[in-house]
Amino acid sequence: MKLRVNRRTFLGSMVSAAASLFVGQTAENASAHDFTGYESSKGVLVDLSRCVGCRSCEAACNKEQGLPEPEIGFDDLSIFKQTGPDGKRRPDDKAYTVVNAYDPPLLDHPLFRKIQCNHCLEPACLTACFVNAYTKTPEGAVVYNADVCVGCRTCMIACPFSIPAFRYSSAFHPRIMKCIFCYDSRLSKNLPPACVEACPMEALTFGDRKTLLRIARNRLREHPGRYVQHIYGEFEAGGTSWLYLSPVPFADAGFDMHVPNQPIINYVKDFLAVVPMVLTIWPGLFAGFYLLSRRSGKAAIQPPQPEDSSDENTGR
Amino acid sequence: MKILVDEQLGLPIIRNEKAPQTAWKLREKLLLGLSPSDYRRALINNPVNWFLALVLLVGLPLLAQRYLFGLQAITHGSQDYPWGIILGFGLFGMVPLSASGFLLSTAVEIFDRKDFQPIERLALLNGLLGYFFAVVFLLVDLGMPWRLAYPMFVSFGPAAVLFLVAWHVATYLSVQIAEMLPSFSEWADTPAIKKFIKKIALGLTIAGIILSTLHQGALGALFCYAPAKIHPLWISPEFQWIHFFCSSIFAGLCMVIVVSSLIRRFMTWRCDRNFLDNLDEITIGLARGASYGLITYFIIKIVAIAHDQEWLYLVSGWGLYYLLEIVLAVLLPLFLFSYGVRHRIMGFLRWGSVIAVLGIVWNRLNTVLITYNWQHQQEIPHWKEVWVVITLLSIYFITYRFILYRLPVVFTWKQE
Ligand code: SF4
Ligand code: SF4
Repeated sequence: MKLRVNRRTFLGSMVSAAASLFVGQTAENASAHDFTGYESSKGVLVDLSRCVGCRSCEAACNKEQGLPEPEIGFDDLSIFKQTGPDGKRRPDDKAYTVVNAYDPPLLDHPLFRKIQCNHCLEPACLTACFVNAYTKTPEGAVVYNADVCVGCRTCMIACPFSIPAFRYSSAFHPRIMKCIFCYDSRLSKNLPPACVEACPMEALTFGDRKTLLRIARNRLREHPGRYVQHIYGEFEAGGTSWLYLSPVPFADAGFDMHVPNQPIINYVKDFLAVVPMVLTIWPGLFAGFYLLSRRSGKAAIQPPQPEDSSDENTGR
Repeated sequence: MKILVDEQLGLPIIRNEKAPQTAWKLREKLLLGLSPSDYRRALINNPVNWFLALVLLVGLPLLAQRYLFGLQAITHGSQDYPWGIILGFGLFGMVPLSASGFLLSTAVEIFDRKDFQPIERLALLNGLLGYFFAVVFLLVDLGMPWRLAYPMFVSFGPAAVLFLVAWHVATYLSVQIAEMLPSFSEWADTPAIKKFIKKIALGLTIAGIILSTLHQGALGALFCYAPAKIHPLWISPEFQWIHFFCSSIFAGLCMVIVVSSLIRRFMTWRCDRNFLDNLDEITIGLARGASYGLITYFIIKIVAIAHDQEWLYLVSGWGLYYLLEIVLAVLLPLFLFSYGVRHRIMGFLRWGSVIAVLGIVWNRLNTVLITYNWQHQQEIPHWKEVWVVITLLSIYFITYRFILYRLPVVFTWKQE
């Protein structure tokens, strides 16, 4: 028995040495995701208590990004009655941002909420994409490169806010459609995105994420009655560049409260850690099994003898 | 049900010797020794082919529609359900059912279980075709199928789970092609290929084990990207990859039982004695293996619930659905296998395998589609999408049958 174990371990260590070439790389990749965002990351603070549901931001976004003309105009407020498959509208391949109306029990008037990509600090979409189509820029935007995207739609599965949308209607130019923080035209020039500029109520504030967090805390402190004491996006999904304040519990404003506080990639790390182990241990282990089962003289099991397949049963 | 060729019509080709004064190759090797008109007649006389033709008649235009007008033309194009039944069935369902190749080659090549040898090639073929068609399903579902090779050559996201899947499936597909080459080389009369593959068989097998462990697990780990979207009973970030890997073990074994039973029943003329006479013993062996897989799977499912403290979910509606899945798809086949193995009731083993195979597909669909977005509205696939799935399955069936009729998989090629 002792001999067997020795032989196996010996073989194992030999093969694992060879395999470590592979593994070094894998381990590095897994750890490359201990990343907590850029220092200078910009963001937007959305104050739901100030939003009046005028949809100026939707219109501005549509224009800035050259998106198709909507069926229902931006000044038509009947849109708030419109329901998608999930009851409420969501950003899709024709709109990077939508404003929805909610009727929280604590208010006697509707509450409006703007939805768009939250530009996570550790974006799930980015970490799930197998061709690296997403980039988190130092300014904080999460941008997408349609030239390498394969259209597997894992990013849509991974995004905890269900933001990326796919242009299913095109056979030859399908792509992911999602808010890019107006990166090309504005953010990269240190300008606020079009929606922020268009908001007449100053419900959207653009700035350094750190500054925005301070502003948000100030508002919570100065008007404790006006807000629930929570900044949505401070920790959700590992932290997002877009932050929200709300006068009612966030769940009543349609926020998904199941979004975990850690980045989505953390849920996958367990598996990523297994990869190098399998790569190192398996070859030695099974080569060992191979040797063991050949040397132990298993005469008990008689191979079935087909008439002429002589070379099939010679073993190796 | 009728078989394609009646025994008296033609001679199944099982050796490379050529009868004097006959045209070789086409007639003998492709037409099963029939003349073209006899072959056509045999095709037409088979009702199964009529059914397949009907499926394809509707399905092929649907496929054309998809490639000309986009996925929207055949699916609901849901933004909330990015993965529909095409991937749910075609990738997540087909891949575990195709674990057979690596399982049987491990048993035969590594553990020296010569008693499984008569079925090794069938298991390899089942694996190869399953993976190949998983890629075909993928090509239908991907937005830009022409970029399938991008993760290999153009742009890399090496920390993404899907990157592992892509690489491993691609490599494993080549490993499986290599493992099938011996049958091909016998049929095509090119013995050099076979000799070469024999030399590297051990390496291929071990590569197969590694790649299979990783990508079967990786398919599970893909769902760890959506920890808050899938019902907690179906997603357990720490255990998901083990669940998927472990269930692929019995799924692959059961698939071999199902396929071999069908072959014995409907393709007896093509099998040789070595296959037919050993099949019962082999089935018992496979079922025994599958029941170990099932019991392990059952235990780790329970462990996951305990670990994630999810007992309370079990008393909800979803919980009952979950228990239904466990009872029908895991415990029922487990019972049939243990009882059937002890008392040698082959019917129990065969039907148990059918149930386990369907159960795995059900489990994967539950994860991808049914409990995905469980707090929101359900997606019910478009009929065209379902039809496309059936179409691709039919093409899979036709290819499978085509190869079984010709290559020495369930019979031994006579050596000169
Ligand atoms: S909100 Fe979604 S799409 Fe936007 S960065 Fe985060 S994960 Fe990506
Ligand atoms: S759909 Fe495109 S961007 Fe999204 S994960 Fe797949 S390849 Fe990446």
